[in-house]
Amino acid sequence: MNMPLLKNDWVIMAIFTVAVLTAPLWLTPVGAGYPDLMQKFAIFGIFAIGFNLLFGLTGYLSFGHAVFLGVGSYTAVWSFKLLTMNVLPAVIFSILLAGVFAVVIGYLSLRRSGIYFSILTLAFAQMSYNLAYSVLTPLTNGETGLQLTMDDPRVLDGPVGQGLPSTQLFGIEMSGYNGFYFCAVMLILGFFISLRIFRSPFGLKLLAIKSNQTRMKYTGFNTRPYLLTAFVISGMYAGLAGSLMAVTDPLAGAERMQWTASGEVVLMTILGGAGTLFGPLFGAGIIKYFENIFSAMNDGRLHEIFAFLPDWLENIVVAITGEFVGEGWHLTLGLLFMIVVIFLPGGVVEGIRRASAYVKGIFQSSGDKDVALSAEKE
Amino acid sequence: MDAIFLQILNGLDKGGAYALIALGLTLVFGTLGVVNFAHGALFMLGAFCAITLEKILTISMKVKDESITFFDAYKEQPYLEIWFGDFGTTIIDWSVPISILLAIPVMLLIGLVMERGLIKHFYKRPHAEQILVTFGLAIVLQEIVKSFFGANPIPSPAPEIFSGSAPIGVLLGLGESVVYPWWRLIYLLFSGIIIFAVFAFLQFTTFGMVVRAGMHDRETVGLLGINVEHRFTIVFGIAAVVAGLAGVMYAPILPPDYHMGMDFLVLSFVVVVVGGMGSLGGAVAAGFLLGILQSFASMNEVKAIIPGIDQIIIYLVAVVIILVRPRGLMGRKGVMED
Repeated sequence: MNMPLLKNDWVIMAIFTVAVLTAPLWLTPVGAGYPDLMQKFAIFGIFAIGFNLLFGLTGYLSFGHAVFLGVGSYTAVWSFKLLTMNVLPAVIFSILLAGVFAVVIGYLSLRRSGIYFSILTLAFAQMSYNLAYSVLTPLTNGETGLQLTMDDPRVLDGPVGQGLPSTQLFGIEMSGYNGFYFCAVMLILGFFISLRIFRSPFGLKLLAIKSNQTRMKYTGFNTRPYLLTAFVISGMYAGLAGSLMAVTDPLAGAERMQWTASGEVVLMTILGGAGTLFGPLFGAGIIKYFENIFSAMNDGRLHEIFAFLPDWLENIVVAITGEFVGEGWHLTLGLLFMIVVIFLPGGVVEGIRRASAYVKGIFQSSGDKDVALSAEKE
Repeated sequence: MDAIFLQILNGLDKGGAYALIALGLTLVFGTLGVVNFAHGALFMLGAFCAITLEKILTISMKVKDESITFFDAYKEQPYLEIWFGDFGTTIIDWSVPISILLAIPVMLLIGLVMERGLIKHFYKRPHAEQILVTFGLAIVLQEIVKSFFGANPIPSPAPEIFSGSAPIGVLLGLGESVVYPWWRLIYLLFSGIIIFAVFAFLQFTTFGMVVRAGMHDRETVGLLGINVEHRFTIVFGIAAVVAGLAGVMYAPILPPDYHMGMDFLVLSFVVVVVGGMGSLGGAVAAGFLLGILQSFASMNEVKAIIPGIDQIIIYLVAVVIILVRPRGLMGRKGVMED
């Protein structure tokens, strides 16, 4: 890496901003250039970045992050119902309330580490999920999910005309590309904060906790406040992601809190590369992209793809690959995930690094040969 | 009094399932030091052993239905009935208990393959990576089952003679209202037998002695010239069989579907933690205890006082235990007390 320019944070931010804002242009050729999918990229990107701030930096594996996602969604929808359809208050309230939840859950869970921490977060997540389905139905509307209705008060907006109002930012409707750009701005902000945390003394302390917490304690640091701060920040990211889900589609259901949803963000972070800046983003993008492509595929489409094969072979290939697409997309995901954990624990980012080192190695050794040859000639 | 007794009974059969799964989990953790998130999937695979055998036994052919004489009617009749008559019908009726015979070798094989093929490579890796890779494996296993058997629960009835309820109240002189389904009683007995067998195996055989010694101090046992790894592989197989058998016998109680493993996994982890990581007795005790506690919490009288308690009681107990006494009810001092 002989490019000092790329080490400059402001250059990284500038490139990142441009890349995100022009996403509709460069995603269209690969068939992902429509707003719904790009919104998902941005939202899950935020979720994964936030999760990475906890897991990647401190090594604490939370299996309950979906709680904050759910809390964010519910809060945003309630804000739409009670106050106004403007998205700004919704986002702010969601982040704050998710933060409050994170303080409580984090304060208790962080008293233990390792697998106990994972199980504690999991237990809190299951409790919230079960309660959201049963007793808290007045707040969450149970299985149906929380939705907007015609007779919501919406005190700041006043009475509505025809039909359900849509979410807006000072009059700009948050659907389609507008929605995407709102999420994109949030993603850029989130990424910027995460970058600053990575580079800050605070981030370094978190990394030190990951590598050797005992030593940190012996040097006189009380590690718990740092861990709790990281946990709360990470929870707020999840709350933001949850509120953005409600912004782009104003309903909230309890299944967002299920532990499989927590598992998904773990998958994304690991797949991309935990503890790296861009890894979680890659992971979120890859999973959502392939989910979109794979789950839309069916046998007919597969027959088209493999039409160049002889008929008997085509049928066999389609029968086998058919298990992995459409409904079977989760099978592919599970396999992919296992392969990454087994062979490439550093995720995609690690893979890129290894590949570039390998390529560089080839060039270098051939360069050495040239030098040796010229030396011989002399 | 009757109501309390009934609730205890109700909790016991669920507790039996928890205890069996948690027993395997903690056995694997105690010996191999591996946190196995795919253990719930083994429970699920066991249940689907029962389904598979039932499907095999009821492979049918079309025969003419003699009872309808107005027109040519056909019905599906299993080959077994055609070949063996009433005896065949009985075999089909008893397919769930019979599938225990199928499940033991199958689950043992799955367990051994899993350990040799995957888990072996993760002994030295951090717990987080063990959790992740077994979580991935659990997803893969349940998706494979889903693609073969579909997403809907498949009911698989218990043998006809166990279909009713046992008049326990009359037998024990408690009152007519105390009745308890026969099959649940069988399940309770069955889980008791399995738990007893596992403990006896560990307590009274040389193999078990080596395993216990290995759990205590793996290095020393290795230095004595005993191949600990080899034994631990077999222990993993045994844990898989225990989970599988728990699944087979649970099939009539809860129609199996592909994600039942995940549902039970979270709970059994909680059970293991409450009992104490690596403590076998703790896992069993906590399994039954939490089962009973849950059934008490779902009484209407209790729910009226604290709404929603039935949904969270187990997790609440787990949180309190982890925070107050992290080594669990019966855990050894110093094991995972971080």
